[in-house]
Amino acid sequence: MPRITFPHVAESYRSFKMLMEDLGNEVILPPRPSKHTLDLGVRYAPEFACFPVKILLGTYLETCPKGVELIVTSGGVGPCRAGHYAQLHKKILHSLGYPVDIVVFEPPRLYPLDFLHNIQRLNPHRMSYRAIYECIRRAWRKLQALDNLEKLTHKVRPRETIRGATTRTYRRVLEWIDRAYTLAEIEEAERSALEELRKVPQDPARDVLKVGIVGEVYVLLEPASNLEIEETLGNLGVEVERSLFLTGWTRDNTWAETTEGLTVKEAALPYLPELLGGHGRDSIGNTVLYAKRGFDGVIQLAPFTCIPEIVARTILPRVSEEHNIPVLTFFLDEQTGKAGMTTRLEAFVDLMRRKKAIRRPA
Amino acid sequence: MKAYLGIDVGSVSTNIVILNEAGEVLTGLYLRTRGRPIEAIKAGLKRAKDTLDPGVEIAGVGTTGSGRYLAGVMVGADVIKNEITAHAVAACMLVPDVQTVLEIGGQDSKIIILRNGVVVDFAMNTVCAAGTGSFLDQQAARLNIPIEQFGELALQSNNPVRIAGRCTVFAESDMIHKQQMGHALPDIINGLCEALVRNYLNNVGKGKEILPPVVFQGGVAANKGIKVAFERALGMPVLVPEHHKIMGAIGAAQLAAEKVARSGETAFRGFGITELPYRTRSFECDGCPNACEIAEIYEEDRVIGRWGARCPRWDVV
Repeated sequence: MPRITFPHVAESYRSFKMLMEDLGNEVILPPRPSKHTLDLGVRYAPEFACFPVKILLGTYLETCPKGVELIVTSGGVGPCRAGHYAQLHKKILHSLGYPVDIVVFEPPRLYPLDFLHNIQRLNPHRMSYRAIYECIRRAWRKLQALDNLEKLTHKVRPRETIRGATTRTYRRVLEWIDRAYTLAEIEEAERSALEELRKVPQDPARDVLKVGIVGEVYVLLEPASNLEIEETLGNLGVEVERSLFLTGWTRDNTWAETTEGLTVKEAALPYLPELLGGHGRDSIGNTVLYAKRGFDGVIQLAPFTCIPEIVARTILPRVSEEHNIPVLTFFLDEQTGKAGMTTRLEAFVDLMRRKKAIRRPA
Repeated sequence: MKAYLGIDVGSVSTNIVILNEAGEVLTGLYLRTRGRPIEAIKAGLKRAKDTLDPGVEIAGVGTTGSGRYLAGVMVGADVIKNEITAHAVAACMLVPDVQTVLEIGGQDSKIIILRNGVVVDFAMNTVCAAGTGSFLDQQAARLNIPIEQFGELALQSNNPVRIAGRCTVFAESDMIHKQQMGHALPDIINGLCEALVRNYLNNVGKGKEILPPVVFQGGVAANKGIKVAFERALGMPVLVPEHHKIMGAIGAAQLAAEKVARSGETAFRGFGITELPYRTRSFECDGCPNACEIAEIYEEDRVIGRWGARCPRWDVV
């Protein structure tokens, strides 16, 4: 049985583990990125590589000593360095004495044959395409359940009356989703988990601010890489809406671009007519959309040295001014400290509250 | 008579302010933190207490600065506020129509943009502390010039010297290079002031619309060389308020007054806390691979605050 691993992206490992095991692989689970992960990544990655490269390399260096033979990861779309990271990781791992191979999934709508070939490499028992499709369907449903659960925490946390209750409940009900296997079980687990989260004691009358979060996909999705910014904001009484979820991103890059994605593109058009790779254009488009929907502010998360987000960052002040929405940017890397981030977030929340109070006099 | 206490615990200084109900400064203390915030807070509070007229009652307390949580649990703060909001509030009190606040402290520098008395945008130095008070302190010490005279010397310059200000290490190398070449000290110091201002405007101030009135505050505002360099670079007058060094504490006291006006009571524990023993301790959490560094503060044998955790495990209930 091939021993495989994959990057750690928030809670998604629960779904990928099931899928890979169903296909007949032995999964070595990536640990949640920690200081140790970062130390390893920073030590062996090029200094000017972006933050996700370092975290992923660190993660691989934690799992490779456990006998990983194959790493499964995704490629990148457009002119962003992420596209060649998989090959870079492979070279670095080889030079460190880990003879691993790497399977890179590129968008199947662009490279359909490549996609099928990759699937076969993860299919040691030579299951039929129909059987594989069934496995993917269940994994997909589990991923959706995980995303739906996380979305609900963003609404519940800023209204909770007992500090930390949402996070504690969330951690508990995640295990229910984790244990579910058949489609029916996954749906049932999702239903009960959502219900349990809604039962967290809340103050519905609380004046909650709404903030949209935009930026680069990895630092957006993995809380360990953004110092749990969504939880921090929730504790400050802010409901966040993230512009990206793994299911949304996968959908855009698998079958067709969704209409949501198209509107984002249109919204960004007056500011940025080019695709500049990564999620630079999405960051601008989504900021416009959040402003139109009456959000109180937008936070951009970007890995330090990320070119697409740097370009977006230089355009965002204009978007902010023309659409009258405050925007705060964080560049994240191993040097980012939680204290500095908290200070800025607190000030940003004060700013939004004052602005809101003036717009809607009590 | 009622009065409000504001405490700003920063990297370099710990400032304590007592405001009367009209928002006037009764007491304004500027103490060096010297890496021992608890001692600085206790010493500052003792001195503040001695300055108070009998009959003055502390009706509210606010804390700010990087040590705001520590100070907050010690004194029983009504408001624990970030330094950006505190500085903006103080600037508005002294210059009601202020539109831009430049603030340079010991280790951070920020710009705050206000319109009609409301903060609309702000930025804080992120990856680099070049050009903040600590660096100026260090250079003054290296040149053996009291920091208070640093700015005066810059004003004596009559020949501009360009210093590379992007990074403190390179700025220092460049200053040494210029000094070995034989440039006059006032010119070099003036060059440094201009380099710091350039660096500030290009980093912290990037993309911000700087409109007058501009208020310059924080410890570094005492440096006349920097003030003049700002005026030259911006082409507009820059106001340095009388209490520029303690603006954060003034803002914290004002915010406490506003809070107490709403809540009607204060959580202030009294000046008696200066007599209590406090100690801190830190340890590495072993709950997960993240290994958070947890710091805790004890009052006598009781934990009154904990920081540094990324999860609720160590929350003090």
